[in-house]
Amino acid sequence: MNKSKTFFTYIFLSIAAFISIFPFFWMLVSATNLSVDVTQGRLLPGSHLIENFQKLTSSVDIIGALGNSAKISISTTILALLIASLAGYGFEVYRSKAKDIVFNILLLSMMIPFAAMMVPLYRMFGKISNVVPVIGIDTLASVVIPTVTTAFLIFFFRQSTKMFPKDLLEAGRMDGLTELGLFFRVYMPTMKTSYAAAAIITFMSSWNNYLWPLVVLQSPENQTIPLLISNMGSSYAPDFGMIMIAIVFSTLPTAIVFFVMQKHFVAGMVGSVK
Amino acid sequence: MKAAQPQSKFGPRFKAGLTGWLFIALAVLMICAFYFYPMIQALILSFQTGTGSNLSFNGIDNYARLFTDDMFLTAVKNTFIYLIFQVPLMVVLALFISVLLNNPRLKFKGFFRTAIFLPCITSLVAYSVVFKYLFSSDGLVNALLLKVHLIGAPIEWIADPFWAKVTIILAITWRWTGYNMIFYLSGLQNIDNSIYEAARIDGASAIRQFFSITIPMLKPIILFTSITSTIGTLQLFDEVVNITKGGPGNATTSISQYIYNLSFKYSADFGYAATVSYSIVIMIIILAFIQFRVAGDRNE
Repeated sequence: MNKSKTFFTYIFLSIAAFISIFPFFWMLVSATNLSVDVTQGRLLPGSHLIENFQKLTSSVDIIGALGNSAKISISTTILALLIASLAGYGFEVYRSKAKDIVFNILLLSMMIPFAAMMVPLYRMFGKISNVVPVIGIDTLASVVIPTVTTAFLIFFFRQSTKMFPKDLLEAGRMDGLTELGLFFRVYMPTMKTSYAAAAIITFMSSWNNYLWPLVVLQSPENQTIPLLISNMGSSYAPDFGMIMIAIVFSTLPTAIVFFVMQKHFVAGMVGSVK
Repeated sequence: MKAAQPQSKFGPRFKAGLTGWLFIALAVLMICAFYFYPMIQALILSFQTGTGSNLSFNGIDNYARLFTDDMFLTAVKNTFIYLIFQVPLMVVLALFISVLLNNPRLKFKGFFRTAIFLPCITSLVAYSVVFKYLFSSDGLVNALLLKVHLIGAPIEWIADPFWAKVTIILAITWRWTGYNMIFYLSGLQNIDNSIYEAARIDGASAIRQFFSITIPMLKPIILFTSITSTIGTLQLFDEVVNITKGGPGNATTSISQYIYNLSFKYSADFGYAATVSYSIVIMIIILAFIQFRVAGDRNE
């Protein structure tokens, strides 16, 4: 590679990296500055972090929103992993022609845009409210239930199961394990990495989900973190320092997951496509 | 990896019986209840009219209404503008970055890759709000452009119909380029280096190598990312709502936002909202089909 080309490569990648990182930098710096300073374009860390945080906790229920988001995302992740891995395992280990047809039909659901199901789902949960109010409109459960099963995750687990050594199942059967026992005691512990990757993808999309919670959650005490930030962002006289702290809080869990489990993260994304 | 076998590698003994079906039962039930059943409901709804739950059938009137509904046509036009400019821009940018990053002699590779991927960890709402402030008329982007004398007066990134679309496109590109890059990078790693070496010996230029080796080898992945990006863009909602609210006027309204407005902001016109939502389903099917034909058929 000649010199000018190398130079161009570094310049281009540096600009791309700068543009990618800058909004994060601005968000972090602004969280420590007064709103006035932010509007004047201050790009240095300030000393108003605590003050902004106190303003935030006294004007909106950020702790409540974080709690709601955590409850929704954690229960979605656990249930989604269980349902999808049972199915992915079932489709691959007990493979049959009929099941392959069912599998292909399930994959079609990946093409359905959420906006197309939003209205029927809303009406469905409206009806459920009359019968079982605890999972009806405006409950955390109503956010979890329709989003917990995705064909994508079933597909992901089926693909991962192809790598699972079948000898382990035979050995387990010899030891007298039941079919369900094989799944929980042999398959699950062996597939830890797949579960980790799936957990990351599911947690992130659940934590960041906006449209369905916006439709189904109505009372302020059920607000999730994206709903709270959206509301704060649409106010006419925004307090930048305060909003940026809220955004930092909303980004922190996914950022931690990303940096701690970077390998699984990318493996999960790419592995599902191969 | 073991060689692919036509039958299940777990042996015929376990194929039969109810056990397998029990493993998949819950997932099948859930997908039917929360994907297929709503889609059938939406289809029925799309032939009905009324407010809230007072609905009556009105034949294909809703579908006829689509073609005279200015709001709908604007939303479709906006969505297609995003599609036509944003998806190619992002695919080309992501490909270009991946090829640069794939250079074995490049230093700080890990840093560049992580940095460019970082936008993917943000929630759509959070980054939209950040972008709204960065691109406001007295925001940092204008301040910076004014300072380096690229522009003489502040650009109305949010309030001008043209620039508002540009802002949305820039925002989506920022959020998703790194995501696509990861797929291309993993694809590039699977291309045998000897192919490039052979090409170099034959005297093929870097540009020639890119178009004759890289692009054809990555074709399945480019197809995959184009389809997912197309589906994503047709469903665009979070960014538009949180950056421009669909404005100025309806200059940035997306189809999903229009469905939301019809159902939950205006007078709960569920029937017509379902009709509009079926138009997205039809568009996704047509566009996915076209992309398959364009990218898929050449090999046959």
